[in-house]
Amino acid sequence: MNSLPAVSAGHLSFSFGKTIAVNDLSLQIMPGTLTGFIGPDGVGKSTLFSLLTGARKMQQGTLEILGGDMRDAHHRELCCPRIAYMPQGLGKNLYFSLTVEENLQYFARLFGHDAAERRRRIDLLTSATGLREFLDRPAGKLSGGMKQKLGLCCALIHDPELLVLDEPTTGVDPLARRQFRELLERIREQNPRITILAATAYMDEAASFDRLEAMYDGKIIFSGTPAELLQNTRKNDLDSAFIQLLPSEKRQMHREIVISRQNSCQEIAISAKNLGKNFGNFTAVDNVSFEICKGEIFGFLGSNGCGKTTTMRMLTGLLPPSAGEVEFFGEPLDLQKTDIRTRLGYMTQNFSLYNELSVRENLRLYARICQIPEPQINNRIKEMLERFQLTELADRMPPELPLGIKQRLSLAAAVIHHPDILILDEPTSGVDPVARDNFWELIIELSRKDQVTIFITTHFMNEAARCDRISLMHAGKSLACDAPDEIVKKNNCSNLEEAFIRCLESVQHISPVPPLPPLIKEPLKPPAKFSLRRFAACAWKENLELLRDPVRATLALFGALLLMTVMGYGISMDVEELPFAVLDNDHTIISNNYALNVSGSRYFVRKAPVKNYADLDRRMKNGELSMVIELPPQFGKQLEQGLSPEVAVWVDGAMPMRSETINGYINAMHQKYLDSLPGNSGTPVNIEVRYRYNPDVLSLPAMVPAVIPVLLLMLPATLAALAVVREKETGSIINFYVTPLTKTEFLLGKQLPYTAFAFLSGIMMLVMAVTAFGVPVKGNLFLLLTALMLYSTAATGMGLLASSVTRSQIAVIFLTMLGTMLPATQLCGMINPVSTQQGLARIIGTIYPTTYMLLICRGVFNKALGLKELLDPMLILAGMIPVIISAGTLCQKKQQS
Amino acid sequence: MSEKTAVMKQYLRNIYQLGIKELKGLYADKVLLLLILYSFSLGVYISAKAAPESITNAAIAIVNEDHSQLSYRISDAFLPPMFLKPQEITLPQVDPGMDEGKYTFVLVIPAEFQQDYFSGLDPALQLNVDATRMSQAFTGAGYIQQIIMRETAAFAAHDAKLPPAAQLILRNRFNPNLTRAWFSSVIQLINNVTLLAVILSGAALIRERENGTLEHLLALPLSPTEIMLSKLWSMAAVVLTAATCSLLLLIQGVLKMPIEGSHLLFISGMAIYLFAVTSLGITLSCLTRNLPQLGILLILVLMPMDMLSGGLTPQESMPEAVRTIMQISPTTHFVAFSQAILYRGAGFQAVWKQLLALTIIGAALFSFSLLRFRKSVTS
Repeated sequence: MNSLPAVSAGHLSFSFGKTIAVNDLSLQIMPGTLTGFIGPDGVGKSTLFSLLTGARKMQQGTLEILGGDMRDAHHRELCCPRIAYMPQGLGKNLYFSLTVEENLQYFARLFGHDAAERRRRIDLLTSATGLREFLDRPAGKLSGGMKQKLGLCCALIHDPELLVLDEPTTGVDPLARRQFRELLERIREQNPRITILAATAYMDEAASFDRLEAMYDGKIIFSGTPAELLQNTRKNDLDSAFIQLLPSEKRQMHREIVISRQNSCQEIAISAKNLGKNFGNFTAVDNVSFEICKGEIFGFLGSNGCGKTTTMRMLTGLLPPSAGEVEFFGEPLDLQKTDIRTRLGYMTQNFSLYNELSVRENLRLYARICQIPEPQINNRIKEMLERFQLTELADRMPPELPLGIKQRLSLAAAVIHHPDILILDEPTSGVDPVARDNFWELIIELSRKDQVTIFITTHFMNEAARCDRISLMHAGKSLACDAPDEIVKKNNCSNLEEAFIRCLESVQHISPVPPLPPLIKEPLKPPAKFSLRRFAACAWKENLELLRDPVRATLALFGALLLMTVMGYGISMDVEELPFAVLDNDHTIISNNYALNVSGSRYFVRKAPVKNYADLDRRMKNGELSMVIELPPQFGKQLEQGLSPEVAVWVDGAMPMRSETINGYINAMHQKYLDSLPGNSGTPVNIEVRYRYNPDVLSLPAMVPAVIPVLLLMLPATLAALAVVREKETGSIINFYVTPLTKTEFLLGKQLPYTAFAFLSGIMMLVMAVTAFGVPVKGNLFLLLTALMLYSTAATGMGLLASSVTRSQIAVIFLTMLGTMLPATQLCGMINPVSTQQGLARIIGTIYPTTYMLLICRGVFNKALGLKELLDPMLILAGMIPVIISAGTLCQKKQQS
Repeated sequence: MSEKTAVMKQYLRNIYQLGIKELKGLYADKVLLLLILYSFSLGVYISAKAAPESITNAAIAIVNEDHSQLSYRISDAFLPPMFLKPQEITLPQVDPGMDEGKYTFVLVIPAEFQQDYFSGLDPALQLNVDATRMSQAFTGAGYIQQIIMRETAAFAAHDAKLPPAAQLILRNRFNPNLTRAWFSSVIQLINNVTLLAVILSGAALIRERENGTLEHLLALPLSPTEIMLSKLWSMAAVVLTAATCSLLLLIQGVLKMPIEGSHLLFISGMAIYLFAVTSLGITLSCLTRNLPQLGILLILVLMPMDMLSGGLTPQESMPEAVRTIMQISPTTHFVAFSQAILYRGAGFQAVWKQLLALTIIGAALFSFSLLRFRKSVTS
């Protein structure tokens, strides 16, 4: 059993379109080992990991994990409870609005542990990692190191046999990194059979691993123990050993970094005095002061969330400080003045490049913004391209470029206007050692040759050691600020990393990671096809997330009521108080009587008489009059003589529906007038019109039942759709890919809270209809509630269906709006019955659930109908639910492609 | 003076350059492009064709208790496509039939109707209308009354051969045949202009905020006004171009709607409207923290704007309070403006008030979002 490899890959290949991420890779990893994956960013480590865990769909090659084929869906189901995956990025698999406890509970429930076992495991893991006292803190409020620890706890909760960690320590400070390493050792002590794969960018970390796999260009270029790697390359440290492994062309670009110290300080470039920043009660930066000389390289170190970024934002003028002040070359920094910013270069963590512009165009854009005179721009771009070795790449697009080149481009963009001060926010995180060293060469040149003052933050201690001076930050305070050598000396340490940890230990108590007690092994059962517990866990988590975003919930709940008020009062199909005027060319009592006959009705309001045709034209054109009655000269006389005079009526045809109604009214009035004439021979036809179900033709009783189905579709559908797509964007969808959660459980679990929420909102609308609007429910209330329930389910189901075909939140908002607004308001019989529509509109109207909900709503509200009469629409509505849900389930993918 | 000109020049140059960058970004997002294309072509077309021309396929039933020449003449006058073939039913079938929605109209012709009519006894026909059928109920009832009067008058005139005492000549100006497609296509066009302008500008801002590039821009020698204006003009230009093509090629070309007024005036008015709605998009994105919130807020704002703009149902029939409140919505003014120019051929004198209102609303929204802009980026 032990002799079988835990991971065995043969000729594995994977490509994204034209880009090959994993290239014909073969690999064997034995159980119980800790294997490190090293290599620059973008060489395929993350892609390989997602293939190994089954999160991504395989393309070519063979892959056996824990003794089974990963192409086999059944095997994936069987083995996923034995694998744990922690994706790259701080807390990528966590739910930030949920607390530490809730995150752990969710994962434990997904793996089917009962309440007592969950408690035991959570207590055990949190005590070991020091998260115990933060159980009630939302995951989003944890520091980077703690997020990673929590991520690891979540991965370990089900006691996996294969643990896959993708750069778990990138972007984390040295102290947290050391603790993380200790934690891994404890895990292995407790469970010697666990196989751990970890990618890392830190070579000191890699040195402590059992074996190393060095990757480059989608291939493994070295495989063996760290000692073997040093031996093979004849180097003393892993950093240079790794560089030695690279192809020679890449290696040649690398030179040892030599830095000459700057001794004298001629001028203070940046001066911060007692800088402070509060966000509400939270103090992000507390009384920080420093002075940086012209041409100095000043390093800023500290854990995540210690106030580094806030300080940097205050320096760039993005954030006004709460206390203290910043001076550049003796001048106070004024937020409103833009000219000071022409002396400043800024490079953000994510490089701030526009992916849709080429390298040259990016430079040109920044050159123009930075007010370089137009004639000089081309020269300046050329200079930058040459200096940063980008000339051959000038017309390429940033997404095609490796991270290291993007970083150089970003630096070129930041210095294109020859700034005096350069502020760099973690410019080297995630970049391989060669590119990092190249980058530092440029920085050093800028500083020493061009006398540019450089302010830089980093997590790499070898980089920090190159700075002239560094400042160590913790919890908003500066712990030490001196030359790196001085700090090492003062703390009696051998290197900067130790000094850093010692400084931190002086302000906070850090206990070593205690040994982990053994877990009770539970016999592995193959996961059930549908587990009520997993479904409940999914619904419970979704519900919590909804409750944690009260703005979203309130907007959706009360927004429906607001919209209902607006539409109920605002929309009327009746025509009233239309402005009309008379062009009377007769001016007799008889002609006046004709006009009086019209103005007496409630439909029309008489305006000042029309003087002539020009007046008629003008007033109809600007919409002042909707109708003009023109009475001919001699109207009275001709009428008396029985000459049948012609009355001309001009109706504004801009709104055809309104015009048709006007045509009907005026015809009827004309007839009435004729009938009222003395000596009229013809007998009037008396037509009694009875508007049934709404005898007073009020707009509210007609609108309210029509508005409920429309609103109850749009809002819940959008919310449900966003719930899934948001997970796709933030990355937590990975939990769905790698846990035993099935598609049905995932979707139904997501749907349940939103359906309940939609139902609640429906009931609120009902209550408002009856109380505030005084529109009574004439029919069977129970029937209406059942229909509301069915319809809420259908609406959220449609949202989930929309979510399965979209990836970005913008697209899904757009899609649900286009997909619900038009059909619901125009095609489902709200205004025109479906039976009168033609073509595509008719088909959409027939298959849309809103059509049937409208029938039920109007039937119960207005017509006092019961189940007998409404059985058909009820059955159709109920029948649509399984269709919508199955479509959503079919379209959703359980693996990334 | 020359320094001021140079500053101004730089200002305009920045706005232009950043706007071009927005356009390239939009060009790269194929899904968004596809949706824009759809909403101005097929989206408008479906909507134009969805509304039936006038009233069609109205379900009518007749309870004929008279069985006279006149009663049959009346029931034969309800013809397709306006009406489905009238169903002959009996009195007890009226209630269940209407309850189930089988018949929108039921006309009851009492016994001895023809006889009483000619005896001058003033007999009454009863027309039952299903009021829940909204538009069809009102227009349909009007048509049915006209048909009955016409038929009885003609039937009577057959005997008397007398012209009516006075004739009514009805002319529907601006849309003589009351073609619904002309109306609904323009309304749909306006709705899509609103939807797209708000979403595109809002999304353009949120996207940059999430990528962190917005923060970078603010650290450069750029003012928030420049950044916002660059997004406004570029997104407005896209929508303006698409909407103009849709108007000329689809509405004027395919749907054959005559455009009465000046094209130039309409397009200039649309540009001002776009200033107002893109500012609205930026305002909304400054007010929200994440995209789900923006999505819901969009629905809450756009729905009433569309439904109460006077485009779907006339402003005159709305309560006074609603009408007053809707004056702050740019769409209300733009709908009035569009109808005046496109259908009625009105000139500048007739629409300057709407243009002024749009400018004021746009300026107010723009200033408000400017105030919120920096705060929404850095907090």
